[in-house]
Amino acid sequence: MFRTIAIVAGLGLALAGTVEAQTPRKGGTIRMTAPYGSSFTSLDIHTTQRAQDEIYAKALHRSLYIWNSAQGKPVLELAREDVVSGGGLVHTFKLRDDAYFHNGRKMTADDVIWSYNRIMDGSKAYPGARYVRVIEGAAAVEKGQAKDISGLKKIDDFTIEMKLTEKVDPGFYFFTALTSIYPADEAAKESFIQKPIGLGPFKFVEHVPGSRIVLERWDRFYRPGRPYADKVIVSVMGEAAARDVAFRNKEIDTSVLGPAQYVAYQSDADLKGTIVEVAEVFTRYMGMNTSFKPFADKRVRQAINYAIDTDLIINKLVKGKAYRASSWLPLTSPLYDKTMKPYAYDPAKAKQLLAEAGYPNGFEFEWTTSQNESWGLPIVTAVIPMLDKVGIKAKVKQVETAVLAEVVRSGDYQAFIYSQATGPDPQAALKCFHSATPQSACNYMNFRNTDFDKLVDEAGQVDDPAKRGQLLQKANALLYEEAPVWFFNYNKAVMAVQPWLKGIQLNATELTHQNVEDLWVDETSPAK
Amino acid sequence: MLSFLIRRLLQTIPTVLAVVLLVFVLFSVVPGSIVSTMSDDSDPQVELRMKKQLGLDQPVYMRFGAYVARLATGDLGASFRTREPVTTMIAKRAWPTLQLIFASMAFAVLLGVPLGFVAALRPGSLVDTVSMVLAVSGLSLAKFWLGLLLMYLFALRLGWLPSFGYGDGSLKYLILPAVTLGVSPMALLARTTRAAVLEIMTADFVRTARSKGMSETRVVKWHVMRNALVLILTTMGLQFGALMGQAVVVEKLFSWPGIGSLLVDSVLQRDIPAVQGSILVVVLFFLAINLLIDVLYGVIDPRIRYA
Repeated sequence: MFRTIAIVAGLGLALAGTVEAQTPRKGGTIRMTAPYGSSFTSLDIHTTQRAQDEIYAKALHRSLYIWNSAQGKPVLELAREDVVSGGGLVHTFKLRDDAYFHNGRKMTADDVIWSYNRIMDGSKAYPGARYVRVIEGAAAVEKGQAKDISGLKKIDDFTIEMKLTEKVDPGFYFFTALTSIYPADEAAKESFIQKPIGLGPFKFVEHVPGSRIVLERWDRFYRPGRPYADKVIVSVMGEAAARDVAFRNKEIDTSVLGPAQYVAYQSDADLKGTIVEVAEVFTRYMGMNTSFKPFADKRVRQAINYAIDTDLIINKLVKGKAYRASSWLPLTSPLYDKTMKPYAYDPAKAKQLLAEAGYPNGFEFEWTTSQNESWGLPIVTAVIPMLDKVGIKAKVKQVETAVLAEVVRSGDYQAFIYSQATGPDPQAALKCFHSATPQSACNYMNFRNTDFDKLVDEAGQVDDPAKRGQLLQKANALLYEEAPVWFFNYNKAVMAVQPWLKGIQLNATELTHQNVEDLWVDETSPAK
Repeated sequence: MLSFLIRRLLQTIPTVLAVVLLVFVLFSVVPGSIVSTMSDDSDPQVELRMKKQLGLDQPVYMRFGAYVARLATGDLGASFRTREPVTTMIAKRAWPTLQLIFASMAFAVLLGVPLGFVAALRPGSLVDTVSMVLAVSGLSLAKFWLGLLLMYLFALRLGWLPSFGYGDGSLKYLILPAVTLGVSPMALLARTTRAAVLEIMTADFVRTARSKGMSETRVVKWHVMRNALVLILTTMGLQFGALMGQAVVVEKLFSWPGIGSLLVDSVLQRDIPAVQGSILVVVLFFLAINLLIDVLYGVIDPRIRYA
């Protein structure tokens, strides 16, 4: 489904190829790094949507589905079977009867129902609510109008029936750790947050806040022969330069690379072979507020796209650690249209469009940005002179990332630069631009187009996946033509992996999120 | 001594209150809230409910009143993010931070003070020049860069020490972060000590001691050192406070599990109780150290006690 193979670096492929050729070794320690901050947010994974936290959660917890990087789609994990009925809205899941929590208790349907009800507790604003909301009656629980999700029924201890509000693939909604299944009895206790219990291949041993989480093999994990390793250590390492030293010193097995390190590793004969890269399902863009008069005109929005030399920024500033965006849906989306070409760098055309729109001398706007090195201030600073050439003046308004999130959701901006998840589900990614989607959800540009709505609505009704795909591709093309954003790039995630660590998965949803049970270390690993 | 202590303790109360008020007001007016950091896509009604539950729908003065009332009972509140008591969160990280700060200060004192003394006893000599060049360099070095340099040298090149982490809390994990953090106060102490000793060496009472036939060793030991200690202690006290702030950079660089990283992440996530608690602990530590220094002044120079 996903075409990750198209974007894997040659040596990354070689690394994956080696996995096939060797017999996995049992034992050893996997030493991963969590690069996105100074600490883990919480040991209650339901409360945090940070990519940082899901790194350890992939070892500790399990959800109804799991992301399969090889297939490029979510597949059943805690259920063996999903029988669809009721016009595609009712899913009957046959749960595994061999999944044990780390306290030795067997998982049942009650745990699934309890976990989803917990996530919909509206007074806690659990981030996973956005996914569970797809179950009928979940929104009522969130609003405090009901106690239990009406669309979720226990048939027997290992069977649940889930009625959805729309015809979607539930896999896309229930594969992240945000919807992890907790043990109903244990997770209600205060002690759970100190010593979490999950269904994953590794059980919790220790958390040193701001430093590391240690997990050890769970012998009753349901997949035979898994996990391979005895222990997993996830070290918090927010500083790229420190990770670089530790990686070269063989103290860690994985390290996420930034643009500068990406260049350095590529030019180092010893390190080049450690690079693994994948196009993640994130699109970076400048969003334009259509209630700001100049941006209400499509020609102005298109002019912005023509005025910016996007390739130059990607090559020189981002050091090639990104893929040029040629539409909203990213390279690894199953519906990515490779026939679409990005807007060319054409300042003359931009000027012409501006003149046609009534702005021959350009205009001035305020551009809200965070300091992010890949989609923040450095990019804005590079773009400003390009816009200036066609007469558009941009004033920078710098805010913190937390504030930017509020700004885009409230619509309190003229333009902003952001990185947004545009997958893995193309339907959900495009639905963000549906006029019925509130700005506070993900329609950040408050985009409204009846033709677009019609295409997305129709795609939601059809049963034939091919037909649905065609409709969504049309919607994607229409979006590109309407240009509510400057289409900047799709993130290229790059990670260095030590040669002794095998089984790395090219996860397009987030490269650091590895199904740890499939990783193994050979005898050359310095960590015994 | 007891009345002196009580007086000094009472003097700290307005400082603590001012800090509490300042931090509270600051985080009440800065944009961004915990609700927006938790989910990209939450229902506005849910946001309102959550704000209500966290008490964020109340006017600032009411929230401040409730906060101070809780604080009076030693309750720092619960983290918005993890629902854990802030005291528990800080307790988990306090020991590593204290380890780091005391080790850094020990490094600074053990190296900086003798260096300053040696330089002052031979002013203008090669030893003086070299030690002062080192001191100025130490003050000028950015901690982040120095830390990386030490990692590169002692971990990657020489393989003597681990480059990061807390490990089992043993000394080998502590050395690099402590030295990185300790270089700047070491340099300052060396310069302060040199200046203090040079000044005291020319004082009348030192000249008198020498004229009475006292040996140079005894002059330095009994008159110069004791008097220089007051200035050295003052510098140490101030540096302890500065180290608490500077530890943020070092803790992050070395993945050291201290209060600094808790503070940084809490600020970014707008976890106000955790921010307030962390800053309060830093301030209380600073005040406690300075109180201790004041007591030590009295021990070194009894005149100060009665002043």
